[in-house]
Order: sequence, then C-alpha cells, then structure tokens
Amino acid sequence: MHDTAPPPSIDVDDVTVAYNNGHIALRDVSFKLDAGTICALVGINGSGKSTLFKSIMGFLRPAKGGVRIAGLTVEAARRRQLVAYVPQSEEVDWTFPVSVWDVAMMGRYGHMNFMRIPRAEDKRVAQECLERVGMSGFKERQIGELSGGQKKRVFLARALAQRGRIMLLDEPFTGVDVQTESAIIDLLRDLRDAGHIILVSTHNLGSVPEFCDQVVLVNRTVLAFGPTEQVFTEDNLASAFGGVLRQFQFEQSTIQDHDGRTVKLLTDDERPLVFGKDGHLEYTDRQGREQLVKKREKEARA
Amino acid sequence: MNLLTPFQYSFMNEALFVGAVVGAVCAVLSCYLVLKGWSLMGDAVSHAVLPGVVGAYLLGWPITVGAFASGLLCAVATGWIKSNTRIKEDTVMGIVFTGLFAFGLVLFTKVETEAHLNHILFGNILGIERGDMIETLVAAFVTLTLILFMRKDLLLFCFDSAHASAIGLNTNLLYYMLLALLAGTIVASLQAVGIILVVAMLVTPGCTARLLTDRFDRMLMVSVGSSVLASCLGVYVSFFINGSTGACIVLAQALLFALAFVFGPKHGLLAARKRLA
Ligand SMILES: Nc1ncnc2c1ncn2[C@@H]1O[C@H](COP(=O)(O)OP(=O)(O)O)[C@@H](O)[C@H]1O
Ligand SMILES: [Mg+2]
Repeated sequence: MHDTAPPPSIDVDDVTVAYNNGHIALRDVSFKLDAGTICALVGINGSGKSTLFKSIMGFLRPAKGGVRIAGLTVEAARRRQLVAYVPQSEEVDWTFPVSVWDVAMMGRYGHMNFMRIPRAEDKRVAQECLERVGMSGFKERQIGELSGGQKKRVFLARALAQRGRIMLLDEPFTGVDVQTESAIIDLLRDLRDAGHIILVSTHNLGSVPEFCDQVVLVNRTVLAFGPTEQVFTEDNLASAFGGVLRQFQFEQSTIQDHDGRTVKLLTDDERPLVFGKDGHLEYTDRQGREQLVKKREKEARA
Repeated sequence: MNLLTPFQYSFMNEALFVGAVVGAVCAVLSCYLVLKGWSLMGDAVSHAVLPGVVGAYLLGWPITVGAFASGLLCAVATGWIKSNTRIKEDTVMGIVFTGLFAFGLVLFTKVETEAHLNHILFGNILGIERGDMIETLVAAFVTLTLILFMRKDLLLFCFDSAHASAIGLNTNLLYYMLLALLAGTIVASLQAVGIILVVAMLVTPGCTARLLTDRFDRMLMVSVGSSVLASCLGVYVSFFINGSTGACIVLAQALLFALAFVFGPKHGLLAARKRLA
C-alpha cells in the first residue's frame, strides 16, 4: 500500500488563521517540507506553534491560503491517515480510564473494521510499537500512572502504530528527562532515514541543532525558514525570542584563565544552545559532524 | 404484608423490569457523559424535551418522537449560538434549556392534554401503560444497540478527538451521534424518573463507576450494575413507603455513589486517608 502512495510532503501556502474571537494567531505563513526531514517549529509560548499544527491537521480552517499534504487536501490526507499527531501533554486528560495498551491500539483504529475489533496484525503492530519506545512492560498501566517521559512515549507509540509517513509532535520534550529525550531523538532520526517527515514544535533551543535538519522560526508569522545552520543565528533567535533568552558569555572563566578552547556547561534538563566565538553553532560532540568540522577548518584557513 | 408482597403484583414486576432496562441504558451512556464532561448537557437536553412532549400530544405523534426532536434542537441550538457569539457554552446552554422548558410549561397550561404534568416531570413507572412501556423499551433498545456498536469510536472521541479525526473518523458525526444517543436515552427514561430527575440517572452511575475502576470496560460494567441495582431498590422501597418512585431510584443512586466515594478501594476517601497516614 505504501509503495503506491505519493511521497510525503507538507506544503503550507500563505496561511492566515484567525480564532473565533477575532484573534489572528498566524499571518501569511508559507513553507514546504519534502520527504526525509526533521523540521523544528521554534517560537516562544503563544507564537502560534500549536495553531499551525492544528491548521496542518485541518482542525482549524485558514481564513486565507491553504495546506496540501502529499499533494492532497488535508481532508483527503486524514482519510488516508497520512499524518500522525502527538498532542501537547496539557491537551490530554490523564485521568481517563484507558491503559497504555488501549492508547497504542487507538493508533490502529483506522485500519480496523467499523466495530474496531483488532486483528492479529493490529495487535502485532501495537506490540511492536510499544517495544520500539520501550513501553511494552507497562501495557496494563493506566496512563495517569506514568512519568512525563513515559507518557510521551506511549503517545509516540500510538503515532507509530498509525503508520503515517508524516508525524507532527507538539512540544514532545516538555517535562521529559534527558534519557527519554535522547531515545525519542534516536527514534525520530530512524524515521527520517526511512523517508518520513517529522515536524516538532519546541521552545527548547538547545536540542534543535542536535537533530533537526530544518527550522521554521515563528512568531505569529514565519520569521525564517531553512536549514538549521542558516536559520539558527543569534540575530534570528534574538528577533524570535526578544528579551526572553538568558545569555551566558564564556569569553573567559570568572575564576581562572583556561586554555581558551574548552568550555564546560552543565544544565539540569534543558539542553543549552551554544554559539562559538564567531557565531557558529556548537554541538555536544563531533561524532557524525566530521563534514562540518572539515568545512569550518577550511573556512578558518581561508 | 411481607418482604415478598411487591412481587405478587404484576405492575410491580413490570416496574422492576422497566426500571432495570432504563437503568442499564442510562448507565452505559453515563460513562461517556462523565468522561466527556457533558453532565450539564444532560441536564439541558432533559429539560428541553418538555415542549416536544406537549407538542407531540397536540399533533397526535408518539411522545418519544417529540421529545427526541426538541432535545436535539436544544443541543444543536446551543452549539450554533456558541459558535456565533463570544458567550461560553455552559452559559448559552443555561439560556436555551430554561427557555425551552419555560416554553413547554406555558404550552402545557394552554392546551388541554390527558397527560398529567406530574407524570412527565416526575415519572410514573408504577402506573406505566402498555403503549408507553413499549415506546420506552424500543427507545432503550435502539439506543443501547447503537452505543454498543459505536462504543470504541465514541470512547476515542471523548478521549482525544484530534487523534480520532487524524485517523479519518468523522468527529462531527460522532458529536451529533453522542447528542442523539443522549436524547434517545432521556426519552427512554422519562417514564421512569421524569424530566427533573433524569439527569441523576445520566450522571451518577458513571461517577460511581469512575471512583471504583481505572478501566473503561470495567467502568461500563460497574456503572450498569450499580444503576440496575439502584433502579430495583428504588422501585422496591417506594412500594413500602408509598413515595415517589423516581425520587426513590435517584436516592438509591446517590446512596451507592456515597458508598463508593467513602469506601472505594483506590480512589475512596478512606483509602486516600490511609495512604496519607
Ligand atoms: N481556541 C483559541 N481561541 C482563541 N485564541 C486562541 C485559541 N488557542 C490559542 N489562541 C491564541 O493564539 C495564540 C497562539 O497560540 P498557540 O498556537 O497555542 O501558541 P503556542 O503553541 O506557540 O504556544 C495565542 O495568543 C493564544 O492565546
Ligand atoms: Mg502550544
């Protein structure tokens, strides 16, 4: 079935969204994503990230412009279950009487008959997806009895079980421990390599350069869109976040002279975003970024 | 007169049967209403059926049809007004249902009907006529069958309508479906407890069950069990004290809720105290 499906793409064309109360949450938003990418949607709280997701899903109808998914209207895309949506934690009723297994199974409803009676295949897929996020040991747990990171992983399993090729994750790293964050990032990378489109909203800047290929910077409109290295500049971020960001300068150590190269930064859960002296992005390790290192060396020599 | 006397009367046996059936339907729907947070909607729709009931008498239609239509009208009108003003849904609902209820009362006093207002407002399960009983049972049967067929989609709609719509379910249809089922259930319960108290049947069993379990399937069963028990208990007790049967049923519901609230093994008051100690 997937072989004949058109390659995934998201095409947001000049979208303006107004809420019923007249508030215009997004104005003239355009960007386009093609298969095999992880794209971050970055902006402060209230900048319209969730609103943009809801318009891509077709839950909100744009006042102007339109969204096409894999060349189809959003309604047609929904009928084909092309897009999986992982909601923000605040939008879920965690006291609801459903178990981890029930939630994973909900990802399969669209593949079942109208009575939603699971076939062996549905059970296999749900089981496999729970294993993939490391939650198969918690199947009988009521969803409220999980930690923040486990909750996210259960909903990720549901999105995987849906087998859509586009995944929208709203704030997947909020309230999540560092280990779970890395596990989720690894999973998203695998999906990207399999040709999926992943759109992740976040206001946590530090993790973005680690795993996102592209960035859409929003504040009620698109401020910048493109490859991460181009969009993630101090200027762009300053205009997106205004005075919200805290800055730490490491021009020199406050208590002793260091070698001028190594800077150690500790933080509890949010990854810090680190710029080098000339304004380039720093990553946590060099592994997998050998090409960038070479490029920088060349630039330095030139 | 001993404890078995009630069962010697056929009207008592019929009342117990109708009470149990109505209790079961209400109990099933009640689980969805409680989880969706639609208790006020239940209250609103139940009051709003009055003009429909009177209108049906006037036109010679079955009461069921009139009640169903005006109940739905209330829900749809609420939704429409809400999306076209800045007023919140619960406020709009308060206006629409009291308006319809008042209209029903005026209509009732203006037209001569053979129905007793008291029976519509407070139910008349002990004196239920054959025709009304059949209407009640049909409404109950249709509603129950539909809920059972759609139970998973409705549950997903209550839990996460965004996901429901992401996988291609028609959430608008599910919304109106749930409303129609609510109206149908109310129609089925009118004879038993009447307009004023039906909201108790629609909310209490689900709440009781919610306190006793963390799984939806079990919640359905506990809800049905407690509701059927309460109906039978209410009918039975009302025979001895000669009190309003509908009120007795609702009191029994409340009693069961209180028991679950205090003694519930996990979410009960005592269990919570013990955990703190
Ligand atoms: N249902 C709604 N009705 C009216 N305004 C809303 C609604 N939802 C969000 N907004 C407003 O739209 C703006 C963007 O919200 P949102 O998309 O949730 O931002 P983010 O997800 O980036 O934090 C905010 O100013 C918010 O107050
Ligand atoms: Mg948001």
